[in-house]
Amino acid sequence: MSVISFSKTILYNLFHKPYTRMYPSVPRVYPARTRGQIANNIDACIFCGICSKKCPTGAIAVDKAEKSWSISRFSCIQCGACTEACPKKCLTMMQAYTVPGAVKTVDRIVQKPKEEAAEPPKAQPAAAAKE
Amino acid sequence: MSTRSIVPFGPQHPVLPEPIHLDLVLEDEKVVEAIPSIGFVHRGLEKLVEKKDFNEYVYVAERICGICSFMHGMAYCEAVEHIMGVEVPERAKFLRTIGCEMSRIHSHLLWLGLLADAFGFESLFMDSWRMREKILDMFEEATGGRVIFSVNKIGGQRKDMDNDMIKSFVEILDGMEAHLRELAKTFLGDYAVKSRLEGVGILTKQQAHDLGTGGPFMRASGIALDTRKRGYAAYPHLEFEPITSDIGDSYARTDVRIREIFQSIDLIRQAAALIPAGDFAVPVKGFPQGEYYMRVEQPRGEALYYVKANGTKYLDRMRVRTPTFANLPGLVEVLKGCQLADVPILILTIDPCISCTER
Repeated sequence: MSVISFSKTILYNLFHKPYTRMYPSVPRVYPARTRGQIANNIDACIFCGICSKKCPTGAIAVDKAEKSWSISRFSCIQCGACTEACPKKCLTMMQAYTVPGAVKTVDRIVQKPKEEAAEPPKAQPAAAAKE
Repeated sequence: MSTRSIVPFGPQHPVLPEPIHLDLVLEDEKVVEAIPSIGFVHRGLEKLVEKKDFNEYVYVAERICGICSFMHGMAYCEAVEHIMGVEVPERAKFLRTIGCEMSRIHSHLLWLGLLADAFGFESLFMDSWRMREKILDMFEEATGGRVIFSVNKIGGQRKDMDNDMIKSFVEILDGMEAHLRELAKTFLGDYAVKSRLEGVGILTKQQAHDLGTGGPFMRASGIALDTRKRGYAAYPHLEFEPITSDIGDSYARTDVRIREIFQSIDLIRQAAALIPAGDFAVPVKGFPQGEYYMRVEQPRGEALYYVKANGTKYLDRMRVRTPTFANLPGLVEVLKGCQLADVPILILTIDPCISCTER
């Protein structure tokens, strides 16, 4: 009896394809809800700062004057509190995970000036160069 | 007369995923006494309630343990909800129940894998963990996380599972059940496995009661106590009986846990059939004031949450008594008189979770 069940196992394992995936060549498909990392569509951001107040770890910093939004990737716990609270829904949860690193980095995104306001900032570096 | 010697066991040991140290007093190969010491992974999470908003603390609570993270988050939320008098929607209660039972399945499968690894049955270990992977995939699909789910909040759930998703989960579990029966045959019928488990580390019913053990460790000694029967989440709507065994050895503990996996699959099926439509969260306003003891049945046994609030957004005190803490006196008792070679198996049979215990 045990010989029969043993040969069944052998045959099954001989012809069954592996349970694992050939990882780098066959990429993993993430479900839609996977919490990978936070992305900000900075053009839609109004720098209200609600995300930084809601963040339980204080990973997000918003500077309204400089129109910059920064996130400490290593402090972020991907809870999604910021994306839920964002009034403009410019914050989204991307499925791809953050890349590992040896140094704690902060990602800073600065909103580019709008079209009509594009002229004065361009003039400033030129003026600084003349001085 | 044989000479006594002391063998230090842990905190780093191949069978221990987490650090616990035992001083084993031996007479030849026989353990006469075991003196446990813990304190290697204390993180001070209970103190953090004084610095974190009570809503934000959910994220800390679920980080107490990586295996029962869902239940830790849920127990904390239910404690605060009781203090604030929040009535959670029925759908959220069922979603919590499904999450709890999925956690139990994956915790028990993890334990079965660790046990197989401890007695050197590598393919059984791989098979258990391959099945566990499916549960983790289901969790990722439902909540977005594989270990930390961040899906509980005070007032309900943060993410709903639609009916199609629940249906697909039940189908996956149906397939798993057939596979699990094959696995159970090996765990409970294989003579090599039996020789390592049968008659090893017997804890009598009286001892289990006197030492205040909990969970499958206690139920394997014949005490039919299950905190789920006290009725939290949606358990009052579901039909089940605590799973027990009268033998009280390592084999009985394996048997109880395997039967609990089948029970959990059945509970998820019942919950999927009964889950009502509607909201899955209610808005919560104001700050909690008062105190509450919340008891939940985790895969390892009963966990107790004590929350004391003072009417501000910071809580006064939060205390967790975890099942492993309750099971350590039982473990020390079981180790007395066993062979040194059986110590790793016996430590595993209480399913120790040291990070929970030290928080």
